Amino acid sequence: MKATIHITLKNGVLDPQGKAIENALGSLGFGGVDEVRQGKLIEVRLDETDADKARATLTDMCEKLLANTVIENYDIHLSEA
Amino acid sequence: MQAAVIVFPGSNCDRDVAVCLEAATGQAPLMAWHGDANLPKCDLIVLPGGFSYGDYLRCGAMAANSPILREVVAQAHKGAAVLGICNGFQVLTECGLLPGVLMQNKGLNFVCRNTQLTIANNKTAFTSLYGAGEEITIPVAHNEGNYFADDDTLKQLQDEDRIALTYAKGDNPNGACLDIAGISDTSGRIVGMMPHPERRAEAALGGDDGKRMFTGVVEMLS
Repeated sequence: MKATIHITLKNGVLDPQGKAIENALGSLGFGGVDEVRQGKLIEVRLDETDADKARATLTDMCEKLLANTVIENYDIHLSEA
Repeated sequence: MQAAVIVFPGSNCDRDVAVCLEAATGQAPLMAWHGDANLPKCDLIVLPGGFSYGDYLRCGAMAANSPILREVVAQAHKGAAVLGICNGFQVLTECGLLPGVLMQNKGLNFVCRNTQLTIANNKTAFTSLYGAGEEITIPVAHNEGNYFADDDTLKQLQDEDRIALTYAKGDNPNGACLDIAGISDTSGRIVGMMPHPERRAEAALGGDDGKRMFTGVVEMLS
């Protein structure tokens, strides 16, 4: 089972890198960009075949290591691939 | 008294801290490697600056889950004094001994320069030899020193007098909330700070404002 975990900054947490990218897009002539937020994508392959058990394990991984929940949200996507 | 410096792969201020501790205690501190599962009982533990584990994932996140940190946390809970400097402060927040997080500097640049600091609380284990409100000069050198915590946590830090050090007005190098340069736990024995006191601990380094961090805690523990 394959998991794709998106880790993003919580709303209200300043994202200086996203802001810099937003400014760079503007200077390249891309108009109409309201906001850019930068995050992380982590892929994990698991032996587990039960989706519920996999999700529980991945949630535990996110809480303990993959995300810092003071400033970050995480979103887990599971697929059979 | 027994002092220890925790050494991670990527630590780079461990030996500077060891020099300060030896000057303060009269004996060389124990240098404990990150993979050690056992740490002899210590009165004082310092987590030094550097780039532990290459700052992988998040600064301090890997170090916070290393074998030696379980020992550090256990001894901290039993009363050892713990100082986290720069990357060490990041480790202390990641392992939960201190609240909040050190985010990337607001200006996106690595900042390496002297900062003017105010001693906001001189009742912690490491600031007892400074005057309340005393202004001192200690350098910072970091890319992720922007202290952030939610409003409730910040209020709690203020209410419980746990902000140990602040950047002087107008001298905040990283955008930290409330100009926070260092905080403590509720007991005042566990302190994390972004500035490097070991880099300004004797006249040959341009000043010795940082020295009392080490002599103060040693005096308290002796």
